[in-house]
Amino acid sequence: MPYDAWKDNEYIEKLVKELQANGTNVVVGSLDKLINWGRSNSIWPLTFATSCCGIEFVSLGAARYDMARFGWEVARSSPRQADFMMVAGTIVKRMAPVMRRLYDQLAEPKYVIACGACAVSGGPFKKSYHVVMGIDQIVPVDVFLPGCPPRPEAMIYAIMQLSRKMKVEKFFGGVNRKENQKEFLKAHPIQDVEN
Amino acid sequence: MAEIKDTIARLFPEATFEDGDTLLVNIPDKRWHDLASTLRDNSELKFDFLVTIVGMDWADKLGCYYYLTSTEYNTHISVKVTTEDKEHPMLHSVHDLWQIAGIFEREVYDFFGIVFIGNPDMRRLFLDIDWKGFPLRKDFDESEENNPVSVESERQSDFTDTWVELPDGEVEKRQVRVFQPEDFVVNIGPQHPATHGVLRFRTAIDGETIKKIDVYMGYIHRGIEKICEKLTYPQTLHFMDRMDYFSGHPYHHCLCMTIEEAAGIEISRRAQVIRVIMDELSRIASHCLFIGTFCMDLGATTMLFYTLRVREQILDIMEKTCGARMTFNYGAIGGVMQDLAPDFVQDVKALLEVLPRNIKEYNKLFTGNVITKNRMEGVGVLSKEDAISWSVTGPSGRASGWACDVRKTDPYSIYGELDFEQVVKTEGDSMARFKVRMEEMEQSARIISQLIDNIPDGEYCVKVPKVLKLPAGHWFRTVEGCRGTFGVFLESDGTTSPYRLKLVPPSLTAAAVVDHITRGNKIADLITIGGSLDYIVPDMDR
Amino acid sequence: MFDFSLLTDWIDNLLENTLGMPEWLATTVECVLVGLLLLTVYAVLALFYIWYERKLCAAFQCRLGPDRVGRWGLLQSFADMFKMLIKELISLNHVDKFLFALAPYLVILASMIAFAVLPWGNGLQIINFNIGIFFLIAVSSIGVLGILLAGWSSNNKFTLIGAMRSGAQMVSYELSIGLSVLTMVAFAGTMNVVEIVEAQNNLWFIFSGHIPAIIAFIIYMIAGTAETNRGPFDLPEAESELTAGYHTEYSGMHFGFFYLAEYLNLFIVSGVATLLFLGGWMPLHIPGWEGFNDIMNYIPSVVWFIGKAILLSFVIIWFKWTFPRLRIDQMLSLEWKYLLPINLFNLVLMVLIIVYNFHF
Repeated sequence: MPYDAWKDNEYIEKLVKELQANGTNVVVGSLDKLINWGRSNSIWPLTFATSCCGIEFVSLGAARYDMARFGWEVARSSPRQADFMMVAGTIVKRMAPVMRRLYDQLAEPKYVIACGACAVSGGPFKKSYHVVMGIDQIVPVDVFLPGCPPRPEAMIYAIMQLSRKMKVEKFFGGVNRKENQKEFLKAHPIQDVEN
Repeated sequence: MAEIKDTIARLFPEATFEDGDTLLVNIPDKRWHDLASTLRDNSELKFDFLVTIVGMDWADKLGCYYYLTSTEYNTHISVKVTTEDKEHPMLHSVHDLWQIAGIFEREVYDFFGIVFIGNPDMRRLFLDIDWKGFPLRKDFDESEENNPVSVESERQSDFTDTWVELPDGEVEKRQVRVFQPEDFVVNIGPQHPATHGVLRFRTAIDGETIKKIDVYMGYIHRGIEKICEKLTYPQTLHFMDRMDYFSGHPYHHCLCMTIEEAAGIEISRRAQVIRVIMDELSRIASHCLFIGTFCMDLGATTMLFYTLRVREQILDIMEKTCGARMTFNYGAIGGVMQDLAPDFVQDVKALLEVLPRNIKEYNKLFTGNVITKNRMEGVGVLSKEDAISWSVTGPSGRASGWACDVRKTDPYSIYGELDFEQVVKTEGDSMARFKVRMEEMEQSARIISQLIDNIPDGEYCVKVPKVLKLPAGHWFRTVEGCRGTFGVFLESDGTTSPYRLKLVPPSLTAAAVVDHITRGNKIADLITIGGSLDYIVPDMDR
Repeated sequence: MFDFSLLTDWIDNLLENTLGMPEWLATTVECVLVGLLLLTVYAVLALFYIWYERKLCAAFQCRLGPDRVGRWGLLQSFADMFKMLIKELISLNHVDKFLFALAPYLVILASMIAFAVLPWGNGLQIINFNIGIFFLIAVSSIGVLGILLAGWSSNNKFTLIGAMRSGAQMVSYELSIGLSVLTMVAFAGTMNVVEIVEAQNNLWFIFSGHIPAIIAFIIYMIAGTAETNRGPFDLPEAESELTAGYHTEYSGMHFGFFYLAEYLNLFIVSGVATLLFLGGWMPLHIPGWEGFNDIMNYIPSVVWFIGKAILLSFVIIWFKWTFPRLRIDQMLSLEWKYLLPINLFNLVLMVLIIVYNFHF
């Protein structure tokens, strides 16, 4: 889809400006464009759902909302083959290590969408003793998608924002979100795993 | 009820009785196992169905309520067993009488730390083995520092504890192996496409044949029961949508009924009718999604898209009235949240018209298929006795020949006046479980068509005091959720929030029985059986 | 009907006589040319097939399918390819690194070699030798080796179970494929691919061989579906049972190879079915209808071959999106208890028909 069709996210506009501030090489720039075109148009989700939001994710794949239109329907069950993880549902303390491991198993470049109030902040379970209050404590999150559960339209919007984010990234060098990820992993180390 | 009381009083002179909505028997722990076996085996009592075990913390003592039902005489009874020892609380196990008691006792152990003597598997059920404290005790330290979020892999033990009573009355702790060292154990879940959420099976296999399954729950245990103790009664309602997110309406119905009964609120007939229509609509939607995901598990992905078509139509109807697609929060204490949308009747009629055509299509595409028959017939047979002993209620129980539909056995709301049939099949295999749900959709449509034309006028919600206080006491109600008997146990100490709110989900028992009926089957059958039992993981984990 | 051998001869002539190359050099250049051409066709076909299946599946499920990237979503698979090429190749710690890396290449190699003997068009064939069809069956079995290696070397229980299932499945169904091919070879009297196609000049084998040919065709389609690991026989990668089966641990382009090979195998199976039953590149000829036959001849032979193969693939894709998956024991009993005896009987029937000359 054309970039200008969704020019309503200030955060991404800011990111674009930052990234484009230094200019770029013509050859590298056009290669980047080609690769980013491919990446942003082929976002395969990981089949990962813990609760209610997962059912809305199923609806997203069904005939009415049909995420296949955008090429997102190739939901992979193996994290190694997926591009992003839509954390649909509550993450509790017992699930946190599992989710972190899934994230580590995703192949680069990888992205995370925190889908639903629970994943964003703990949502209705704010007072619970066992719920993780926001998955950004465990993994770096690219898009926050509020709602309980978010409507499938909102999910489409969220993945489109992710796709826009991919489009402005630079694959060859330059400022990239990868750096943030490394910092994040440094700040949240796992035993026996080198970052 | 008086006869039951007499029988028990004759055999157990130390038992004391309290009358309430169900008869409550107080019994010392020493005599509890004897009473339990009498209750189950005495031909006049025959309490063969253990509905639930409610763990309790009364500040000065710990204990359990056991809710029992006789499937033959349709009578109910509850038993209260307590212990004063808060350091090392121990009660006697009844897992040898009711198979499901093993799981229920593990749950009580997990939440209250009560050890059951004789239970062969006393591990935590929902929480990590490293978890500090017992969360539903009143003195539990909930601070983040006590149990921080960790990203290190969960610690796991191949051993389980069991407490055995020696002949001299001493209790000894022993360790037992769960899997043998030579077992080839495959870990299925928690992140697995076929577990319908985050359930985990450790499966010992021999080639493709399953030897044993160990079910791990709690990957979405959100502690709803504990949160509810901190909220006012109306605030507790919205969690019902987030447990079994397909049958939010029946669950709401149950909790509302319990609170209304406790507070003595009469609701209008209009609200009753609306609630029943909504229950049945969500039953159709739920069974539609069941059929879809079940077929997808078997590899027939296309069915999912066909069934979701009908579901979307129902969600549209819901959305117009309730304002949400899934988490409706529509039931309210005293009635329902808001009035029906203007074109509700017309939309529902349109749905009733397309539904039979769709069901026919599903049968044509899937049910009659030879591969389907081979995959489902005779796979995962659950006998009637086992269904009762494992407390597998709902469509799965009815597929085993157990007529356990609460709408028929204990009609609540206006179900007593309605004309519908309880779908019961005797085969007990996956195919029967599938077909029961197919036919239940037709029965639900039948109920709706009886009501849709004469929704009475009146107020949709009666006036309820702004600050709702319930009198002290306890209540237990069950309804027929989309997956089976859903129960709410409510104990009030006279304040604005519940002292203890115990939710009895049907999915817990369905997941517990998986090990029993998959043994000796193939890995692929695990998927069929798990799918046909239709459990919802957030429902069992709460 | 345009004979592509004119073109190939011309190129050969150009290299050897006009440019004056020695024979070995000319052959080398030709090999490189053919290789490049093959790779291109391979890639384009695979990408087309991915798009084709996604569109078809969407149609069966009342959806639209990819339609945002390029017209009708035609560029969708290209986007996927670019993505796949730059995806990280995760190196795992506890795997047999050499076998782990080798497996996807074996799988892709098997399907690529099989391309060499397919009758693409009139005179358009890479190698033409007298045991063509035998060669095809032989090389397509290399694929199972790759799958077994992938499952074993990943050091993962799911992949291992997937690979074992795949091994059992492929070995069993290879029999059915072999026997139904044998039936048709007996009918044609040759294993040479070109001669088999030529023999169908008047009437395709499925019509001229009547009952045994039809039985062989049905069995071939069932066994072919099983050979390509597609639903209802997709047990080795049963999503709902084994997450992604034998390729669970593969990422990036290594996974891409498996993904591509799956679709290419689909094409090969359809291509062989086309060759044996539907006349290969031979247009639809009906004896006696000369005018009709002439019109049919105007359609290029390449279009005939690829068109027929795609049509057969449609049927296989249709299977996948309609039927539930079989269980391992059911799948094996289908092969050993039903398909194999029927096939043997069918072979005898075919021989009798040939001996007594009952066919058209």
